[in-house]
Amino acid sequence: MHTINLTESFDGDFVRKIECESEQNVSLCYQCGNCTAGCPYTFAYDIPVSQVMRLLQAGQKRTLLSCKSLWLCATCESCTTRCPNNIDVARIMDVLRHEARRQGYGSERSVKVFWDTFLDSVKRHGRVFEMGLAVEYIARTGRFWTDLELGPAMLSKGKLAFKPHSIQGQAEVEKIFERFQQQKEQCA
Amino acid sequence: MSSSPTYAYYPGCSGQGTSLEYETSSRAVCEALGVVLHDIPDWSCCGSTPAHTVDHVLSAALSARNLAQAETLTGVEGIATPCPSCLTNLKTAGRRMLDPQFKERVNSLLDTPVKQPLPAKSVLQVLFEDVGPAALKERVVKPLAGLKVAPYYGCILNRPPEVMEFDDCENPIAMDRLLEALGAEVVPFPLKVECCGASFGMPRKDMVMRLSGKLLDVAEDNGAMAMATACPLCQMNLDLRQSQINATSGKQHNMPVFYYTQLIGLALGLDKRLLGLNKLCVNPKAALQAAEQATAGAA
Amino acid sequence: MKIGVFICHCGSNIAGTVDVAKVAEEVGKLPDVAYSTDTMYACSEPGQEGIIQAIKDHNLDGVVVASCTPRMHEPTFRRTVERAGLNRYMFEMANIREHVSWIGKDKESNTQKAVDLASIAVAKLTQDRPLIAKKFGVNKRVMVIGGGVAGIQAALDCADGGLEVVLVEKTATIGGKMAKLDKTFPTVDCSSCILGPKMVDVAQHPNITLYANAEVDSVKGYVGNFEVAVKKKATYVDWTACTGCGLCTEKCPSKKATDYFNEKIATTTAISIAFPQAIPKKASIDPEYCIKITKDKCGVCEKLCPTKAIRYDMQDETVIEPVGAIIAATGYDLFDYTRYGEYGGGRYPDVITSLQYERILSASGPMAGHIKRPSDGKEPKNVVFVQCVGSRDKSVDRPYCSGFCCMYTAKQAIQTKDHLPDSQTYVFYMDIRAPGKMYDEFTRRAMEEYGARYIRGRVAMIYPKGDKYIVRGADTLAGTQVEVEADLVVLAVGAEAAKGASNLAEKLRISYDKYGFYMESHVKLRPVETNTAGVFLAGSCQGPKDIPSSVAQGSAAASKVLGLFSKDELESDPQVASVDIKRCVGCGKCIETCPFGAIEETDFRGEPKANVIETVCQGCGVCTSTCPQGAIQLQHFTDNQILAEVNALCQQPLVTSFE
Ligand code: SF4
Ligand code: SF4
Repeated sequence: MHTINLTESFDGDFVRKIECESEQNVSLCYQCGNCTAGCPYTFAYDIPVSQVMRLLQAGQKRTLLSCKSLWLCATCESCTTRCPNNIDVARIMDVLRHEARRQGYGSERSVKVFWDTFLDSVKRHGRVFEMGLAVEYIARTGRFWTDLELGPAMLSKGKLAFKPHSIQGQAEVEKIFERFQQQKEQCA
Repeated sequence: MSSSPTYAYYPGCSGQGTSLEYETSSRAVCEALGVVLHDIPDWSCCGSTPAHTVDHVLSAALSARNLAQAETLTGVEGIATPCPSCLTNLKTAGRRMLDPQFKERVNSLLDTPVKQPLPAKSVLQVLFEDVGPAALKERVVKPLAGLKVAPYYGCILNRPPEVMEFDDCENPIAMDRLLEALGAEVVPFPLKVECCGASFGMPRKDMVMRLSGKLLDVAEDNGAMAMATACPLCQMNLDLRQSQINATSGKQHNMPVFYYTQLIGLALGLDKRLLGLNKLCVNPKAALQAAEQATAGAA
Repeated sequence: MKIGVFICHCGSNIAGTVDVAKVAEEVGKLPDVAYSTDTMYACSEPGQEGIIQAIKDHNLDGVVVASCTPRMHEPTFRRTVERAGLNRYMFEMANIREHVSWIGKDKESNTQKAVDLASIAVAKLTQDRPLIAKKFGVNKRVMVIGGGVAGIQAALDCADGGLEVVLVEKTATIGGKMAKLDKTFPTVDCSSCILGPKMVDVAQHPNITLYANAEVDSVKGYVGNFEVAVKKKATYVDWTACTGCGLCTEKCPSKKATDYFNEKIATTTAISIAFPQAIPKKASIDPEYCIKITKDKCGVCEKLCPTKAIRYDMQDETVIEPVGAIIAATGYDLFDYTRYGEYGGGRYPDVITSLQYERILSASGPMAGHIKRPSDGKEPKNVVFVQCVGSRDKSVDRPYCSGFCCMYTAKQAIQTKDHLPDSQTYVFYMDIRAPGKMYDEFTRRAMEEYGARYIRGRVAMIYPKGDKYIVRGADTLAGTQVEVEADLVVLAVGAEAAKGASNLAEKLRISYDKYGFYMESHVKLRPVETNTAGVFLAGSCQGPKDIPSSVAQGSAAASKVLGLFSKDELESDPQVASVDIKRCVGCGKCIETCPFGAIEETDFRGEPKANVIETVCQGCGVCTSTCPQGAIQLQHFTDNQILAEVNALCQQPLVTSFE
């Protein structure tokens, strides 16, 4: 453990940006730990969610953006539902992820690749093509063993379509992504 | 009922593949119970979880395209969808677009802007509120007596309550009441709203193994012969991955995991092909037979 | 007229952002001002002496002090001018602290505003007339509403001081929450051993009339002369005949009645005596469960009662009690923890409230002091306490700290170990609040000597697993999620305003905060007074309080009443409405509009006229704005006085730009 110099390392711009984007006031958190207590993923997190809140109060940008927890949060809304101070904690987790992406972090590569592949599939077909998603994900990560054993079951049940269900509006969907790339950040 | 409840219907992508049986059984049940569904023309993916992890405007825009498409339909009172993840995205988009600035940003990504977002509901909410357990009970031809079932709602169907605005966020009961109306025995299931591991199956299988494994353990501890779900992802984690869970934990779960619509369809005596029981990985036959025998024995 | 003006520095409170010398100089230029100066602390001894000296030296007719809020010091300065021989209403106060220096930083505009406010006060003073208070007699009886420990203390202190006391208690017995407790912190002494004798004192005190099972219906009148209607709810037992022998309760066949005294962890008989030490020790019938009353069968108790006290046809009865002062001591209620769905919302039998646990611990409780689980009667091994259930939680609209839960939880953890040496306790807490005498040492003892495992973090969920419960919380100090397998979970439920508190407040015409707790007159300096003269507060009705503080407040309220009653006559406030007979046309509009019924119609040489009952008038001024003739005027706030103020302000050149 290292000593955090609270005066020097406090990144006020970062805190303000996260507060602006999430429309939450991080000072409301009194560190009761209820979010961590309820979070089903605490066991997998490197920083439990209440400490994410704490480090956010302390303006510890780098520690936060590089932490794995951001990528392991399932947005299950347990923390948001139970926070005694009505903080939308899950939204803060989401917004931290947004910022982490922008700044080039992605500490759980497999998760990030999975999500990216998913969105590429949406962009390409207008709807998710599950089979294509799986193949592409495996290709990108090189994890060839992923769910290999489930293949036969899926196929025999006729649950995996071999062709994408493309839609007429595919170009419209693609444009959503393109225009989004052009759009200026709201809380920059 | 004077006029049939009529909704714009948003099936969601998994309904075309991994949750085909949820899709067909939802439609069949709605039709049988007089709920009219008009498909949203040329609907597209809502972006699910991955989209909102990238940006909230992007996520809202992917849902908003469907809100705009739904506005082309007439005579619908809202949007109905079977999938909780789609529902969350539709509701969140609609809610955040109450803010004119946000709406503006979302609409600027779309070819056709949204005028006035339609309210969205889960098919479960529609069946519970527009049909209701009492009316459902009257339509039952083949009661599920003896079937001990754990109702599992998943983490986001009712949470956060400010957004989802349906049922209790800690102890929802809508599915319980519907299943009871079918004659099934609903066992206490304290983890009704606990997360199953969501979409981490591929990238972080270990997390799903642990969380879904716990759900199966608790269902079994409470005497369930089967589970009922309302979410494609939950169902997949609990059913398709049950063999993986057993392999990881060394347990011997053999717990059929139904969509609650399949159970309604069974009790209403609907066409088996529409219910897609053969699509379940854990074969439900034994559980259904055991239930039948239990009641036969009692009679 | 010769007016003296004193501009107060209030140390740097005012002088920091107001040029007080300049204000004194400017106001000194006004026509009627004969003397104007600034002063360091107008309220201090030298400050007041300065005012008196100036009145004498300059032969002043009236004084303006520009300083702080009149709430605090108007009475002070009125006494000052009175000491110098002036009428106390020849005094005006301008608030240049709360209204100027504390809210603005710009010295120049602050100074200008202070000049304006002081000038307004001067203008008003030129129109002031001496007013003389009238005297009226005092009824030296006091009513105490609420028979918990605070009310008991107040009643006993008043009664010992020679006053006649009427004690009104809502339930069938006095004792309140304290009577339900097994032990008290930080001494772990037996609650009923210390409260019991006081309850007996109440019963036996010749000066105390006790109405149990009674409620205040309406309150009329004013300080010194209230009339309170008390509704005695039907008990279906004639208490003058009942000896409390308890024969009826032994034989009553209806045994499923709700046992409120035992916090519903047990049931009781339809005819019952709350608990063995109940005061009054009288039986009463719960009509909901009485077979005779509901179905016209049974009648066992009537047959058995040796004194023939049973009255199935008893009705509620209202008595009027004239009193001169009222002490509200209505206590608190517990937060309804079933609002926490994540703790089972009331579905789990072994997840109980702290007060239910007290009844379990109590030797006179339904389990005779053996700790057993409500569900199966088994002795628990792991007992988990969850603090802050309904306290410091904005999401359930209870942002405040209930103040005593940390302490009683530590006590219950200690008692658990005492009762069950093999048990292990866990306490989930957010912060430990133990600022009283010997309090922190007490919580340390729970940890150090009794091995209670304190875990800093909230609990997110409780759910059953087999015959145990999983309590899932956080240990924020270890930075992790934790789970405990509990046999019994005790929720330290917070305190909230007693049900019906706001209703009673409206009858008493006192204010309450947004949570329903009664508002004291001054947070620090008038803690047991209210803004309604003659109505005092004691105990948790004003905010959550532990026993020592409640008792202290009970005594404090009693001393206030004794002080009030030390005079045979009280002075009425002369700032009341008064009718100009010549102008009054007898239309009666003011009579209709007065919210206090303070105006009556009289006959003046054959013509109807309005007449103000001065002791009833509260000086609200509604009538003065209703009267089409301007015939009814509020003394010290007459139309002329108010217009003088307006004129003073509007004659100023309008230099301000309205930005
Ligand atoms: S639950 Fe809310 S207040 Fe408590 S630690 Fe988490 S964010 Fe902070
Ligand atoms: S939303 Fe994320 S951080 Fe919050 S409880 Fe769920 S997984 Fe944990």
